[in-house]
Amino acid sequence: MIALGIFLLLLLLLVVFGLLFRIQILTSIFSGSSTREIGTSNRVNAILMMVFLVLGGAWFAYSFADNFGKMNPPIASVHGHEMERLFWITMIIIGIVFVLTQVLLFFYSYKYQHQEGRRAFFFSHNNKIEIIWTIIPAIVMAGLVFAGWKEWSKITGPAPKDSIVLEVMGKQFNWLVRYPGRDQKLGVVNYRLIDATNEFGFDLNDKSGLDDFTAGEIHVPKGHPVLLKIRSRDVLHAVYMPHFRVQMYAVPGMPTKFWFTPTVTTDEMRAKLGNPKFNYELACNQICGRGHFAMKLNIVVDEPDDYVAWFAAQKSFSEQNPDVLASAKQKSGGPVEKEVVPAATAAVGAQLNPAL
Amino acid sequence: MAANIPTNSQVQGGIGAAVPYTGHDEHHDEHDHHDQHWLFKYVFSQDHKVIAKQFLITGIFWAILGGTLSSLFRLQLGWPESTLEWLQPFLGKWIEAGKLNPEFYLALVTMHGTIMVFFVLTAGLSGTFSNFLIPLQIGARDMASGFMNMLSYWFFFLSSIVMFSSLFLETGPASAGWTIYPPLSALPQAIPGSGMGMTMWLVSMALFIISQLLGGVNYITTVINLRTRGMSMSKLPLTIWAFFLTAILGLLSFPVLFSAALLLIFDRSFGTSFFLSDIYIAGQALSNQGGSPILFQHLFWFLGHPEVYIVIMPAMGMVSEILATNARKPIFGYRAMIGSLMGISLLSFVVWAHHMFITGMNPFLGSVFMFLTLIIAVPSAVKTFNWLATLWRGNIRFTTAMMFSIGFVSLFISGGLTGIILGNAALDIQMHNTYFVVAHFHLVMGSSAFFGLFAGVYHWFPKMFGRMMDEKLGYIHFWLTFLGVYLVFLPMHYVGIAGFPRRYYAWTGFDTFSQFADLNKFISVAAILAFFAQFVFIINFFYSIFRGRRATENPWNSTTLEWTTPVVPGHGNWPGEIPAVYRWPYDYSKPGATEDFIPQNVPYSQTQSSNLPYERDME
Repeated sequence: MIALGIFLLLLLLLVVFGLLFRIQILTSIFSGSSTREIGTSNRVNAILMMVFLVLGGAWFAYSFADNFGKMNPPIASVHGHEMERLFWITMIIIGIVFVLTQVLLFFYSYKYQHQEGRRAFFFSHNNKIEIIWTIIPAIVMAGLVFAGWKEWSKITGPAPKDSIVLEVMGKQFNWLVRYPGRDQKLGVVNYRLIDATNEFGFDLNDKSGLDDFTAGEIHVPKGHPVLLKIRSRDVLHAVYMPHFRVQMYAVPGMPTKFWFTPTVTTDEMRAKLGNPKFNYELACNQICGRGHFAMKLNIVVDEPDDYVAWFAAQKSFSEQNPDVLASAKQKSGGPVEKEVVPAATAAVGAQLNPAL
Repeated sequence: MAANIPTNSQVQGGIGAAVPYTGHDEHHDEHDHHDQHWLFKYVFSQDHKVIAKQFLITGIFWAILGGTLSSLFRLQLGWPESTLEWLQPFLGKWIEAGKLNPEFYLALVTMHGTIMVFFVLTAGLSGTFSNFLIPLQIGARDMASGFMNMLSYWFFFLSSIVMFSSLFLETGPASAGWTIYPPLSALPQAIPGSGMGMTMWLVSMALFIISQLLGGVNYITTVINLRTRGMSMSKLPLTIWAFFLTAILGLLSFPVLFSAALLLIFDRSFGTSFFLSDIYIAGQALSNQGGSPILFQHLFWFLGHPEVYIVIMPAMGMVSEILATNARKPIFGYRAMIGSLMGISLLSFVVWAHHMFITGMNPFLGSVFMFLTLIIAVPSAVKTFNWLATLWRGNIRFTTAMMFSIGFVSLFISGGLTGIILGNAALDIQMHNTYFVVAHFHLVMGSSAFFGLFAGVYHWFPKMFGRMMDEKLGYIHFWLTFLGVYLVFLPMHYVGIAGFPRRYYAWTGFDTFSQFADLNKFISVAAILAFFAQFVFIINFFYSIFRGRRATENPWNSTTLEWTTPVVPGHGNWPGEIPAVYRWPYDYSKPGATEDFIPQNVPYSQTQSSNLPYERDME
C-alpha cells in the first residue's frame, strides 16, 4: 500500500515537472527568447563557472585537509619513507599543474564569455609557445622518471644476503605462511602432494624441508631485511601490506618475491597510535573470488630477541605430522635421514646479529 | 593537386555500395527511396546515419544498465551493514538473508566495467560518432562499404544480446573482473561466474571484436579514399583525425584480445595450459602445467591499454571541434593537435605493462615501461594547453555541448595528472589496485569520455534528428553531472591513498581500512544522485527527437561540411553535388571576414577581404 502511494506520488511529481517544463517552453517562445541566439543563460553559465571554481576549489581544499590525517597509513619500513616522500613530491607537482590549469580553464570561460559586438582573436598557432609547453612537461617528466627509476631499482634490487626468508602462499581464501627452519632453506614442495593436512605440498623426501615450519601469522624482526617468497596454489592473489608499502602478486606456477626492512615493532606502533589493538595487516589485493575481501593475515614485527625466541619455539611440520613423513618415506622407499642442524636459537641469533 | 583526387561519386561507384546512388535529384530527402521496405530503412539499414543512431540508442540502453549496476554495488559499499531485503524482488536469489551475495557483488563490478568500457564507451561513443561524422565531415555519400557497416552494428547487437542474456544465468554472469585474469576466469570451481557466464562473456566479446574490426576497416578506408575534392588530410576536422587514428588503434589491438580470448577458451574447454600451471583447487590438483597467467595479462593489456585511448580519442576530437566552434576561434595549434594524437596513438602500444608493474614481471621491464608511460604525458599536456589557448580571448557561447566540452577538459586534467603517479613504478607498488586507480581512470577515461559523448550528442543532435535538444534541461543535466562526478571521484582518491583495495565487498574485516565509512557513504549518495541526474538527459533526448524545437541547417554557425547538408540529410547526404573543400575547418572570427565563420566549402576567391597573404592566389 505504501509502495503504491510512493509510486503515485512519484508519478504526480513527474507530471508536475513535465507541465512546468512545457510552460517554460511556451513562455520562452511567447517572450521571443527562444529565437535569440545568445540569451541570458550564457551569462548565468559563465558566472556559474566561476562559482564552481571558487566553491569547488574551497570544498576540495577543505575536504582534503580534513581527511588528510586518515589518508596515510603509518609507515613501518625503510623504503616506505622514501616512497612516501616521492609520492608527496609528485603530488605537489601535479597539484600545482592542477590548480593552474583548472583556474585558467574556468577563468577563461568566464572572462571570454560572449559579448555582443566583440570578435574572438584569430590565433591559430604559435610555434614558440608550443615548443615551450612541450619541452617543460618533458623535462619535468624526465625528472620524475629518473627519481622513480632510482627508487624502483633500489626496492626491486636483490635482497641482502642475510635477509630472513619466509614464504607466503595465497589460496582461496586465506594465507599460509612457511618458514625455512633452522637450516634457512625452504624445502621442496609439489602442488600434487597438497591435501588437507599437507597444505603446502611438502615433499619430505627433501631433507631441507624437514625443519620447515608453518605459522598462523607472519613474525618478522625489526630492523632486519625480510625476503618474502610469494606463491599461490589456485588463482591470482596479491600480497598487500599497506604499512610496509609492500605489494606483489601471488601467481600460481610462478614464484615471486619482495624484500623490505621493517622499522617499527607492533608494540611500538600500538604505543605510537595509542591503539592497543593495532595490528599490521596483510590484505589480498587481486580479485580472487567470494572471500577476496576477507583474506587477511596479521603481521607481527618483534624486537629481534623476541623474534628469536618465537622462532625457537616453533615445531617443524614434519615433527607435527609424522604420518606425512612416513608416507613420503614409504613412497621413496628409502629411510629419511634426519638432517643435523645447529641449535635453533644459535642459528637464528647468528643470522640476526653476526656478533652473537 | 585537386584534379588528381577522384571525385567522390566516382569512387563510390567503383566500390559498389549495395545501394547505388548515382544521379542524385533535387527531392533527395527523407522521403526518398519510397520503394524501400521499412525493415531495410530503419532496421537493416546501410545508411551510416541510421547505423550511427542505432549505435547511440543501444549505447544509451547499456549506459543505463551499467549505471544501475554501479548504483547497486555503491549501495553495498556505502551501507555494508544494512539490509538490502527490498531489492529481493529484482535480484531474487542474489539477496541472501537481506545481504548481497559476495559473488554477485563481483559479478556487478565485472559487468559494470565490461559494459561501460566496451559497450558504451567503445561502441556507443566511437560507433555513433565515427559512423555519423566521417562521411558527413569528409564529404562522402556514405561509408566505403555500407553493407559491412550494417554488419558491424548487427554483430554488436548480437554481442549485446549474448552479454545481456548472461546476466540471467543461474550461476551468474562473468565475475572475474572486467580484465578476466585467469586462472580465476578459467576455473568454474574458483567462482561460479566462471562457468557459463564466462563462456558467454567470451563469445560476446568475440562477436564484439568482429563488429569493431568491420567498423574499423570501414572508417579507415572511408577516410583514406572517399574525401571530397580538396579535402586533403591537412584540411580534415580534428574529429576525423581522432576517429581515423582510433580505428587504426582498434584494428591493430583488438585482434590481440581475440587471441587472448581464444587461448582462454582453449584452456577452459579443451584442456590446454596456456595460462594455467600448478593449481590445486577444490580438493583437486589439476594436470595443467607450464602455462603463465602473466602471459594473459600481457595479451590483455596489449589491447587494454590502447583501448583506453580508443575510448578517449574520439572524445578529444569532438571536444576540439566543439570548443573551437563555440569559442568562435580556430583550434589552437591544429598541427600540434594532430601530432599529439599521433604521438598518443603510437605510444599507446608500448605502455601496456604499466598495468603489471607488480605482477612479478622482471623489474627491468618495469623501468622501461615506466619511462615510456611517463612520456605519454607530454602529448596529453600539449593537448590540454592547446584547449586552454583556444578559449583564451574567444567569444564563448555556452551551448550545452560547450559546457560538456569544458567539463571534459577539466576532468581530463584532474584524472590525467594522477596517471603520473600510477605510471611511476615505485609509487604503483602502494597504489596498485587501490581506489586511487579507480578514481584515476573513472575521471580520465570514464567520466571524460562520457562528457565527450554528451557534448557530441548535444552538438550533433540537430543534424541527427532535425530538432534541437532543450538547452535548459541540458544545463541542469550538465551541472548535476559535473558536480556529481567530482563529488564521487575526488574523495575516492583519499580512500585510495589510504590503501583501500578495489573489488572489496566490504572493508569491515580490516582495521587498516576501518576509517572512511562516512566518506564511502558520501560517495555512494553522490554516485546514485549523479546516476539519477542522467534521466534528465534521457527525457530530454527522447522528448526532443519528437517534440524538440526545429533545427536550422547550421544552428551553431559551424564551418565543417556536415552543416552544408539539409536539416535532415537523406540517403546520400547531399541532394545535389557534394561540395568541394577549399580551406581548413577552423576559419572562425577571421579578421576581415563579414561573418565570424567561413565554411570549408567557401573558396578563397570569394573571401578576398579576409585572405591571409599566402592565401591570396589560392582557389
